[in-house]
Amino acid sequence: MLLNRNFIYFTIMALLLIGVGQFQSWNVSLSILNLCLISAIMALGVNIQWGYAGLFNVGIMGFAALGGLAAVLVAMPPVEGAWATGGWGAIGGLILAVISISLAVITYKRMKAGRYRTISIITICIIGFFVTRMVFGPATQAIEAINPAKSGYLGGLGLPIVVSWPVGGLFAGIAAWVIGKITLGLRSDYLAIATLGISEIIIAVLKHEDWMTRGVKNVIGMPRPVPYEVNLQTTEWFINLSNSLGAEPIGFSSIFVKICYASLFMLMLLIVLWLSETALKSPWGRMMRAIRDNEVSANAMGKNVTKRHLQVFVLGSVVVGLAGAMLTTLDGQLTPTSYQPLRFTFLIWIMVIVGGSGNNWGAILGGFVIWFFWIEAEPLGILLMNVITSGMSEDSGLRLHLINSAAHMRLMTMGLILLLVLRFSPKGLLPEKS
Amino acid sequence: MSYLVGENMTGGYGGADILHGCSIAAEKGEIAVIVGPNGAGKSTAMKAIFGMLDIHTGSILLDGEDITELSPQARVAKGMAFVPQTANVFPTMSVEENLEMGAFLRRDDISKTMDEVFELFPILKDKRLQNAGELSGGQRQQVAVGRALMTQPKVLMLDEPTAGVSPIVMDELFDNIIKVARTGITILMVEQNARQALNIADKGYVMVQGRNKFTDTGEVLLNNPEVRKSFLGG
Amino acid sequence: MEDLLNAFFLMSNFVFVPAIAYGSQLALGAVGVTLVYGILRFSNFAHGDTMAFGTMFVILFTWLFQSYGINLGPLPTALLALPFGIIITIVFLLGSDKLVYKFYRAKKAVPVTYLIASVGIMFVLNGIVRFIIGPNDQRFADGERFIIKAKTMKQFLGTAEGVSIKVSQGLTVVTAIIVVMVLFWFLNKTRTGKSMRAFSDNEDLALLSGINPDKVVAVTWILVAILATIAGTLYGLDKSFKPFTYFMLLLPIFASAIVGGLGNPLGAIAGGFVIAFSEIMITYPYKKFVAYIVPGDWKPEGLVQLLATDYKFAVSFIILVLVLLFRPTGIFAGKSV
Repeated sequence: MLLNRNFIYFTIMALLLIGVGQFQSWNVSLSILNLCLISAIMALGVNIQWGYAGLFNVGIMGFAALGGLAAVLVAMPPVEGAWATGGWGAIGGLILAVISISLAVITYKRMKAGRYRTISIITICIIGFFVTRMVFGPATQAIEAINPAKSGYLGGLGLPIVVSWPVGGLFAGIAAWVIGKITLGLRSDYLAIATLGISEIIIAVLKHEDWMTRGVKNVIGMPRPVPYEVNLQTTEWFINLSNSLGAEPIGFSSIFVKICYASLFMLMLLIVLWLSETALKSPWGRMMRAIRDNEVSANAMGKNVTKRHLQVFVLGSVVVGLAGAMLTTLDGQLTPTSYQPLRFTFLIWIMVIVGGSGNNWGAILGGFVIWFFWIEAEPLGILLMNVITSGMSEDSGLRLHLINSAAHMRLMTMGLILLLVLRFSPKGLLPEKS
Repeated sequence: MSYLVGENMTGGYGGADILHGCSIAAEKGEIAVIVGPNGAGKSTAMKAIFGMLDIHTGSILLDGEDITELSPQARVAKGMAFVPQTANVFPTMSVEENLEMGAFLRRDDISKTMDEVFELFPILKDKRLQNAGELSGGQRQQVAVGRALMTQPKVLMLDEPTAGVSPIVMDELFDNIIKVARTGITILMVEQNARQALNIADKGYVMVQGRNKFTDTGEVLLNNPEVRKSFLGG
Repeated sequence: MEDLLNAFFLMSNFVFVPAIAYGSQLALGAVGVTLVYGILRFSNFAHGDTMAFGTMFVILFTWLFQSYGINLGPLPTALLALPFGIIITIVFLLGSDKLVYKFYRAKKAVPVTYLIASVGIMFVLNGIVRFIIGPNDQRFADGERFIIKAKTMKQFLGTAEGVSIKVSQGLTVVTAIIVVMVLFWFLNKTRTGKSMRAFSDNEDLALLSGINPDKVVAVTWILVAILATIAGTLYGLDKSFKPFTYFMLLLPIFASAIVGGLGNPLGAIAGGFVIAFSEIMITYPYKKFVAYIVPGDWKPEGLVQLLATDYKFAVSFIILVLVLLFRPTGIFAGKSV
């Protein structure tokens, strides 16, 4: 029964994408598909946290952005001379910061509570702050001074960009560990608020630490895991292939590239899905769900709930970080200003809730459905507004306003979808198997 | 017919039944005490009488009127008051405000009732501007009872009022409960300290596994060798 | 001596006065969040957008009045428009409660369900605001700009620095004081207000005492609408109105409420000032200030700024984390962790 439902929904989804391909264009359809796949992976990550453990993470944007950062640091070629001028200073500054924080933590744990401990910790923090700045400041300024129009940052390691995907996961995992350590075990609202905060801060770092990310100047032209269109168009086997398909090579090359991306992403999706499903069915997964369904009795049974929650929070964030790196790979650039919480955090939430919390297939379906409508709502909205306003005169201010504002309708639509699903079908399109 | 009757009650919290045909009754101005081992359903029986859980057989009568279907709030309006075992005060509100909230449903002048409560618990008068959360355990229980009395109830139900208070405070509380009963209020009380409670009880119920095991006056129960052996520690 | 005076004026002008105004705005926002938390027991993620929603209607009415030539002379016309914005916000919040939250209350849903529902409301509000007024900056302050001009003060005292106080800043503080006083009078002296506190303290006991939960909830939403619209309007007059900025206010507002102890209105006010002062003091460049207080040749070269202004949210966040680590119930005891 459930398999049937899976099958029907995914078939409808495929038909919708094919429909877009037929009636709009295959380029659009494949672009949607690629982002559907990435969204699905992100939704899977969130579902691990929410569906398996009931953790409400509102910092998805930040974890995804850390994946984007990983893509830059791993895949971009190193900038000539940047490491020599300030690279070690910048790294040294970061290490000093970590050392001061660790010292403060150790002091907190080792010393007895009281005035002396407070004074020691504050002293460590203040000295650590200024020492870090002394090393860090000049180094980063030196880096940013190197040809600011074109580079002005450290660059990366020049490794294949696919390597950045697991690294993105690692970054996100580390951030999640820190946040989880602080807030898990307190009430669920605190995790939500803390993750909201950390994600804003991660974005602020990406926007303003030019030595690392070029900030709002963006990192563009990132290396690709797939061939470039221009190269394909002059390659013999590709011309032969497009000829044999009866396609014209220039148009087909961009479709071909998108198919390459789609295959890579599909592969990643399947790997993550397989891992999640295996984990869910393992004794570990059963225990997680038992904890979620009855935290009190799990506690009583001697399970360390907070520790398990930390595991699951880190794992889910790793998946989100991975998807974030993939997204930046697909975009071919890191634009910190494009990270908007509504799009990167709350939209993913809608995917999970609509798809079916607790069910991995549901999360994937949610990723597909919501992304599809998020993109297609815009042309539909404009169409709708055109119909509604067709009676008004061409230059009517209201008409222009309505048409221009049509794009904002989709926010409201998403909110309504979330509220309606939560109310009338709280288990989502594909409910969790019990 | 007694003033307050819970007749042949069977029910529980959704799952398995906890009460199995248990009956409790109290006359006007009488102190009735429910005692028994842990898990016997003492508090459950009291909550059933107050309408905090559904019973599927039996009925609750107050002054001859069937109130089985009424909500707890409606029972408050009918003259019943309940003092829960824990979380029975408003901690960040002053003692006086706690009492005012007890009288929330009343639209008449409550100052007389408040004076009566202060007469009963003089310490509360001194502490009336202090927050209830800052009081000692015994004083907090007095606030809780005082709050319940503010509705001028005909029936006062107390769920383990002496849980967690010192023996001296316990004696004081029991004295106060007797005083309250003398004003004509029916008292139904669940107690862990069975011996002391039966001492002041006009009527005692010994419950085991959701059923009435012994029912008699407090004095008789205290002298009953079987009750002494099983429930009062010899 | 004159240098010290100059240093003091400089600090007042760029740190104290703005922080007091910003702190008042945060405080009003945080009281709204904390009331929802105390009564309905969830963190309302739609609060920032509720502020934007209310402020948007205040702006629309301001424009309407301006087009009729109605104004308040030296004071901003927005004050006249405020009641209308508040009423529309009340209607929206009561409607959203009836359509959304009420259902979950009846079901006794877990807090996180309310949280998700509030995210849904947030999206809807976001869509409405952007649809009607657009995502861009709107300025709607009119009337006089300054109560005291720095220039006038400099001429009068003959100092190099002066303090300027904007009308919006003075208005913010005065309004905040009035609102808070009325609010506390309401909560502490009226029957309804006391019943709200009782409900927040101990819901079961409040029900046993015959307090009507529907009324308590409705009054809460009305108060939230008033507080959110006033806070949003004051913020908009002081800075400017941009829907996304209001969403971003969520973090400092939550931080204020948590620092003060969730569910504790007095704490929320204190929290608002703690956050505002920390944010501004940590991101203020002290270069000029230091130059006044140290001997001439010690003048610093850099900005002497602890943290770049871009990281002002990090300040709220760090304070939030410290409070969560060391005193999860807040500086003033709030509800349980």
